[in-house]
Amino acid sequence: MKILVAVKRVIDPYVKVRVKPDQSGIETQNVKMAMNPFDEIAVEEALRLREKHIASEVVLVSVGTDACQETLRHGMALGADRSILVRSEKTFCSLNIAKILKKIVEDEMPQLILLGKQSIDGDNNQTPQMLSALLDWPQATYVSKLTFDTEHKTLQATREIDGGLETLMLKLPAVLSTDLRLNEPRYASLPNIMKAKRKPIDVIELDSLNLSLRDHLEVLAVRAPLPRSGGIMVDSVESLVDKLQHEAKVL
Amino acid sequence: MSVLVLVEHDNHSLHPANRNVLAAALQLDDKPVLLVAGHRCEAVAKSAASLPGVSAVWWIDNPSFEHQLAEGLSKLIAESAASFTAVLAPSNTFGKNILPRAAALLDIAQVTDVTKIIDENTFEHPIYAGNALETVRVLDEKKALTIRLTAFDAVSGTQEACSIERIDKDYPQNNSSQFVRQELSLSTRPDLGSADKIVSGGRGLQSAEQFKLIEELADVLGAAVGASRAAVDAGFAPNDYQVGQTGKVVAPALYIAVGISGAVQHLAGMKDSKVIVAINKDADAPIFQIADYGLVGDLFELVPKLIEKLKEIRRRS
Repeated sequence: MKILVAVKRVIDPYVKVRVKPDQSGIETQNVKMAMNPFDEIAVEEALRLREKHIASEVVLVSVGTDACQETLRHGMALGADRSILVRSEKTFCSLNIAKILKKIVEDEMPQLILLGKQSIDGDNNQTPQMLSALLDWPQATYVSKLTFDTEHKTLQATREIDGGLETLMLKLPAVLSTDLRLNEPRYASLPNIMKAKRKPIDVIELDSLNLSLRDHLEVLAVRAPLPRSGGIMVDSVESLVDKLQHEAKVL
Repeated sequence: MSVLVLVEHDNHSLHPANRNVLAAALQLDDKPVLLVAGHRCEAVAKSAASLPGVSAVWWIDNPSFEHQLAEGLSKLIAESAASFTAVLAPSNTFGKNILPRAAALLDIAQVTDVTKIIDENTFEHPIYAGNALETVRVLDEKKALTIRLTAFDAVSGTQEACSIERIDKDYPQNNSSQFVRQELSLSTRPDLGSADKIVSGGRGLQSAEQFKLIEELADVLGAAVGASRAAVDAGFAPNDYQVGQTGKVVAPALYIAVGISGAVQHLAGMKDSKVIVAINKDADAPIFQIADYGLVGDLFELVPKLIEKLKEIRRRS
């Protein structure tokens, strides 16, 4: 079984982001970038499935500028076999990303597609669901546990839902989106980083895919949220309770 | 605008989230329609019809919707949306699972976590874990929006029930995806997503045994219990307690953070709370920068004292 994992290059999760003064977006110049953490979990899960001989090949795909090659190299240093970069200078909404990914899926014919449940920049939590809709494949989102029945070409996915957990059985091919607790991603070893340099990245120009993508959203402004005014320190439980009762009036 | 709202329920009762989504819907349309799809869910359709401001309920009762799986429900929404200009759902694991799928079937964009409706095409929503607010204009004719529950005050009360339109059709069982089971956390405390007060514990609690202290404090206050990712990862609390960028986003009237340092990831989930209290032994912990009231000291001394004090207040009132 071939697994396709979609990965995104985002600002490193430990960086404190700054809004541009002209409100056009977030400052990304000279900011540390990384693979979206949820996508790293998706890559890890795909690698574990290959190690269990459930998967035979793990292919990464990313949509974006040449800089995304760095993210794909990182994924290959973790162990992915090869990568596809759909090159474009433009940024796209989730629906257009899903349409681009669908094209790649039609070429690659994977049995399973793994994606992070959301990217930590847009926080949209849409692409996996949209991709499975376009493909008319079943979906399991927010997956924290996964078991396979390869003989029957089905999988059981346990999902993290608001009140607890839900388990679904899906027929392959299927689309899964990963939650944080699915696994603990590995680190890339130096030999694997060296090896990854020789693994292929197939660069496809977006224009060559013959997609007619129209804009669905226009970003009008990005601004910083209002800062919270600094509070006060109290010196005892008594004074805390007094403040909550009489000043904040929340008790 | 004509607005359709996807109702969240468990076939027996309405989820409180519907009242917040309805509040958002009423900003766009004074005659919103609620879509109730489930199995043996007549009681839900009836209570939906009594929510204030609802003009009609579309009720679909069919075994294929028993577990509200995304595959079937998104098709139903996409079909039902034909006569509406907007479809709304709660921005929680229920709405986020289904609405993007329906939007893709309709070939329209979806806006996640709407916190403000500026006009019928323009919406504000947080990005980068709440560290920025983005204003977007939707260029599609139809809008699909998931509503951040804490950003819209729930509609209260009831109305005289509006009409319930039962829609009977043959809905083919979808066999590519099947429900197997659910394991829900059993709790008598208020729901974390909609609680008025929340007490959250972090790594400072040191063990699952000692995390009970948080539950005790929550019970005196009638509060829900939350946890930081560190506490969940360490096994002190189940993962559906997690408050933060990757857990639940909450905005109660009172949020008490105990033994939580205040990592960016956690703050993203609670920094819109009205009053924040932090109890921590480290005076330099980042949580104190956003707390309205900070108390530095050993939580194992302070929290039992706080519990006693609150019990005393309750006895007196």
